[in-house]
Amino acid sequence: MTVLLSIRDLVIAYRRDGIEVPALKGVSLEVLAGERLAIIGESGSGKSTLALAVAGLLARGARVGGTIGWLLPASAGAKAPLSVLPDISPSRGEIGNSGAGSLLATSKIGEGGDHSVISPLEGEMSGRTERGAKDRQPSALATSQPRLGRDIGFVFQDPSSSLDPVIPIGKQIAEVARTHLDLTWPDAYTKAKTLLERVHLPNPDATLRAYPHQLSGGQKQRVAIAAAIAAAPKLLIADEATSAIDTIVQAEIVALIRRLVAEDGMTLIFISHDIALATTLADRIAVLRHGELVELGEARQIIEAPRHAYTRALLDAHLGLDAKPLLDRQGASA
Amino acid sequence: MSLLAVSNLAKRYRRGGKPFAAVDDISFEIGPAETLALAGPSGSGKSTIAKLVLRLIEPDAGRIDFEGGDFLALSGAALRTRRARLQMVFQDPLAAFNPRATVARVLDDPLRIYNIASRAERPRRIAALLERVGLDTSLAARAIHEISGGQRQRVAIARAIATRPSLIVLDEAVSALDVSVRGQILELLLDLQRQERIAYLFISHDLGVIRAVAHRVVILDAGRIAESGDARAVIADPQSAVGKALVAATPKLVRTSQDAS
Repeated sequence: MTVLLSIRDLVIAYRRDGIEVPALKGVSLEVLAGERLAIIGESGSGKSTLALAVAGLLARGARVGGTIGWLLPASAGAKAPLSVLPDISPSRGEIGNSGAGSLLATSKIGEGGDHSVISPLEGEMSGRTERGAKDRQPSALATSQPRLGRDIGFVFQDPSSSLDPVIPIGKQIAEVARTHLDLTWPDAYTKAKTLLERVHLPNPDATLRAYPHQLSGGQKQRVAIAAAIAAAPKLLIADEATSAIDTIVQAEIVALIRRLVAEDGMTLIFISHDIALATTLADRIAVLRHGELVELGEARQIIEAPRHAYTRALLDAHLGLDAKPLLDRQGASA
Repeated sequence: MSLLAVSNLAKRYRRGGKPFAAVDDISFEIGPAETLALAGPSGSGKSTIAKLVLRLIEPDAGRIDFEGGDFLALSGAALRTRRARLQMVFQDPLAAFNPRATVARVLDDPLRIYNIASRAERPRRIAALLERVGLDTSLAARAIHEISGGQRQRVAIARAIATRPSLIVLDEAVSALDVSVRGQILELLLDLQRQERIAYLFISHDLGVIRAVAHRVVILDAGRIAESGDARAVIADPQSAVGKALVAATPKLVRTSQDAS
């Protein structure tokens, strides 16, 4: 399979109360075009930091080292040139452009095993806000640098905080389509309606005019997914996108993501704390712990023959419907 | 004899100007040292029932008997005394505590408010509570916001057991915890149940967790009981539509070659 994304020695640290807190300590992995990759881990594992780094959404002031190399599929541009996320300080030259067709990091921050972080993010980070995207020329830069919204769709855990409470649903989706696909407002609204149908929201015409508070949590997450895929991104990132909703709706949203990814040929990065949920969706699973990648493999191998003790511990801690009840393990109480 | 008996409980709200029943005709019982789980989708009435049992809200109809008396008839000092026997632990202890309070302060409050220990005796009682929930006594001086989520939930349990309750309402109490920590907290709850004969009203959206710790389960749908019974039997063979949907939607970890122990 073709590599879509190559992450090399990624080191990220945040500043908290003047102290540097490492979030990722040198993670390397490749994301294959068209695959569904789950990244799982417990709190503090760095899984969300990894997702944010790929999307170019890291908080200002985060220290970043290493490289994230992109190989956008040919459809995004003529020659599928290599590119690097703007957030990984391209001006400092962590990654070299090797031309179309291959990935080659020429120089990187944090040589070898030394994970010292020497590249503070400075100044305005580009390419992530609506305004930033509009400020750009749509065609020239578009082929070389992946942009959130157009090349990457991102679905967050809490749809209430990713949707604007005072803007109708239809406008929020249409705006993404208009910005990234260069559509007129009427065309963008038509597109928004189609997207609402695709995410199975009842009565799309009424939903276009509805405000987020009029929808349930699951419906809001469907809207957030519709907005995320509005510009037909190559990569969809879902960061704990089903963690705040109940089990039945979670299963529906997972089924929806699976269908949309298949229909549009998207690559999926699915971030979750739930190893069982990850196995229902993923081709491959990456297990993170304390900012390090402890295991990466086919989903079946991870659950049937985990190589790392931590992966086994996660599997054993899962309380499935076939697990031995804790009540029995302790001896019945009542 | 049951410890808690809820009969024909109903609570209506208005939504968009129209009345709707958050819970309707809910009846169940919990015995001493028993765990009864409430399961159901969002909006099925789980947390409304918890609030009604705790008398954080008052029902529109129905009866709650607790420790042999009409709980809804209590007020004033009698209610306060009885409330010490009925405690709660919520999903997010950070939201339940003043984040800047120390662990000692959080545990001091119930001991003082319910006159359980004198001022001189309280530090020793606080240390004993911390040890009981598996925390180092040195944690007493730390601020709530400084300790980990798992430690915080242990502090919440310590505060709950400070008043020697017979029943603790656990509303999604382990839902926000990492799986490794979750297992330890569930073990602690089971140990407390065995040692102190505490009953739990265990509210969770997670059937796997319910099956691991609950004796019986009530499955709710749109404010009504869809089915109830032995937790493992109901989850193994749900009869109601919502029970079937919940079981079907629970992510399965299919391990063919490995022992799931």
